[in-house]
Amino acid sequence: MPLILTEEQEMLKESARGFLDEKAPVSALRKLRDERSEDGFSRALWKEMAAMGWSGILVEEAHGGSDFGFVGAGVLAEEMGRTLTASPFLSTSILAATALNKFAGDAAKQEYLPKIAAADIVMALAVDEGRKHGPANTAMKAEKSGNGYKLSGSKTFVADGHVADRIIVAARTAGAPGEEPGISLFLVDAKAKGVSRERTFMVDSRNAARVDFDNVSVTGDDAIGEIDDGHSALEGILAAGRAGLAAELSGAAQRSFEMTADYLKERKQFGKVIGSFQALQHRAAHLYTELELVKSVTLKALQDLDGAFGMASVTASLAKAKAGEVAKLASQEAVQMHGGIGMTDEYDIGLFMKRIRVAQEMFGDSAYHADRIARMRGY
Amino acid sequence: MSDIEAFRNDVRDWLDANCPKEMRDGAGGEENICWGGRNWKFRSDAQKLWLERMAQKGWTVPAWPKEYGGGGLEKEEVKVLKAEMRKMKMRSPLESFGIWMLGPALLKYGTHEQKAKFLPPIARGEIRWCQGYSEPNAGSDLASLQCKCEDKGDHWLVNGQKIWTSYADESDWIFALVRTDPKAAKHDGISFILIDMATKGVSTKPIKLISGKSPFCETFFDDVVVPKEHGGGVNAIVGTINRGWDVAKYLLTHEREMIGAGGGGLLGGRGIGEVAANYVGVDERGRLCDPMLRAKVAQAEVDGWAFLLTMERLKDEAKAGQGMGAKSSMLKYYGTEFNKRRFELFMDASGADGLEWEGARSEDGKLAKGWLRTKANSIEGGTSEVQLNIISKRILELPDA
Repeated sequence: MPLILTEEQEMLKESARGFLDEKAPVSALRKLRDERSEDGFSRALWKEMAAMGWSGILVEEAHGGSDFGFVGAGVLAEEMGRTLTASPFLSTSILAATALNKFAGDAAKQEYLPKIAAADIVMALAVDEGRKHGPANTAMKAEKSGNGYKLSGSKTFVADGHVADRIIVAARTAGAPGEEPGISLFLVDAKAKGVSRERTFMVDSRNAARVDFDNVSVTGDDAIGEIDDGHSALEGILAAGRAGLAAELSGAAQRSFEMTADYLKERKQFGKVIGSFQALQHRAAHLYTELELVKSVTLKALQDLDGAFGMASVTASLAKAKAGEVAKLASQEAVQMHGGIGMTDEYDIGLFMKRIRVAQEMFGDSAYHADRIARMRGY
Repeated sequence: MSDIEAFRNDVRDWLDANCPKEMRDGAGGEENICWGGRNWKFRSDAQKLWLERMAQKGWTVPAWPKEYGGGGLEKEEVKVLKAEMRKMKMRSPLESFGIWMLGPALLKYGTHEQKAKFLPPIARGEIRWCQGYSEPNAGSDLASLQCKCEDKGDHWLVNGQKIWTSYADESDWIFALVRTDPKAAKHDGISFILIDMATKGVSTKPIKLISGKSPFCETFFDDVVVPKEHGGGVNAIVGTINRGWDVAKYLLTHEREMIGAGGGGLLGGRGIGEVAANYVGVDERGRLCDPMLRAKVAQAEVDGWAFLLTMERLKDEAKAGQGMGAKSSMLKYYGTEFNKRRFELFMDASGADGLEWEGARSEDGKLAKGWLRTKANSIEGGTSEVQLNIISKRILELPDA
């Protein structure tokens, strides 16, 4: 398959840009932040995204979705990255939809996919328990209890965790932390007895939570993927999330680079626009090149998810590794090249730096994924 | 069966029937390349036979028009041919600057007479060309070149010097940039001229590099008389007089794409991680013994892979009609810088053994010489700094200082 967008995908991109520029520009995030919004996102916007077919971008038409595939989802994530749009798109439309589509039983699909497509639900994925990403380090317990399990443990950095109606949780039914086998995934009602949530205000003003589970009951029917072998399902879901985040990072990095390039053409010092200085030109040209590489790896990962889902984990890691690293560089160069104004809260560039910092950390930073690729390659 | 699949079957059958088995060892490397030319000594009968058969078929230059010795194939068909040759590990029958550089320039800027005279001998490997661009005082600032070409009525008189002329000492003809109008602005007084290296007054001198023996030469023109026409109606100058810079720019873009692609093409071999694991070993968890090196290697493999995908994407974009334009500068910049980084890592991993310069153990310092040679990657064909300038100006549209 050629490594370019199809005509349909290009059209989606164009309409997404128009919609987001109008309905969810960077100022919308600023407003949510300054108002300390309870939800951390606009429910009205989330509903509009459903009307556009976005919330159900990975949901098949029979369930009310638009079924545009992962490249389509990535196109939207990239555009949302450009406007720093806060929405449950990643947690619900990418992560939860992928979990349900690929690893859930028919009953769960019937129940939840139409709700995702209609934006009637927010769902979250709870994986990490420590400071750094590591699905195999899952320690949270799922102990057999009658026909079901009792979940106990703590999760952190759960995107949209405090507003989610349902949470997909990775817990250990066997084995020990550090081992891949023995992990199982459960779909948990966020209001179930024993679930307590703390909203964590993060640097990017977006939603996250710490979630504690104290003897929370689930049944075998709540399992997603195989009991004891949830790790392979989890890697599939994470691959989708990582590629989605890579796309978002790509969009955020491209936008901050554009703002920077524009600024270089207008800011004057020493009687000249600073963009005429070679010291800055070469850094900008280098960054441009790195951003082109990010576009390639991101599209590749998304195409792989559509074409060969089971094989996409490695290119998703490639995309997350490259996008995370380059987006950080882009945001750092952006602030430096903007000079003093780049440090002000009033100016948007700082918001990009903040979001990029968070998105590059989520589901594994660049070092995590470079290490993962190295292990896959046998060194 | 689609037309292209039918074509693939025919290609496969023909190649299998015609490629001598000695030419199916997948051997690359300088010593195995067939460059052709008046003085070419074939390394084997098989090499000669393979060239003759492929040239007969027009497949030494499969995309060129049939009337000029090519195969007249469509892009898709060329891809199929190359893929089938790779699958059967066939060597390339012929490589040359005529194929890579002059041919494309003539096809775009040449007259029918020029194409008819010069292209078929390139396709058959009979005439070997070299490229005369750089001068001692015109490197990155190529357009400041001074090699003088005076109009003497019935002929041109050329005086000056070229440098970094690859294989000048083994080539039959040279295509060169010369100054035909010293009074014009520097880009406007340059012409693209074709000169027979056997002409009186042309001499060459090889240049030894930090990596040892090299194909590079200095080329001197001392009162060289170049006829205005190389035979009836075949102009010695390609394109318009004093507009040689257009041709040069076109070829430089072409060259950048090739060098950029070459940097990545080397990735086809063993991965950096695999090589490093082989040299320094892995621990009980299967990780490279040197953790700092491992981190650098892993990062480099991510970047190398991202670069390969970017070449693929830009090619796909170009095919879809979006063109590559100045983006070739990006490939040239990143590809060559990456290749240098790759060889630095090979050297780091190989330690003291990689520093041996002579003897069978090191294949006469193969790695060390390769490492040193990569240092030229980001200089030749326009330095990295020049590429960054091009990106700044032509893509980012940043203003001049």
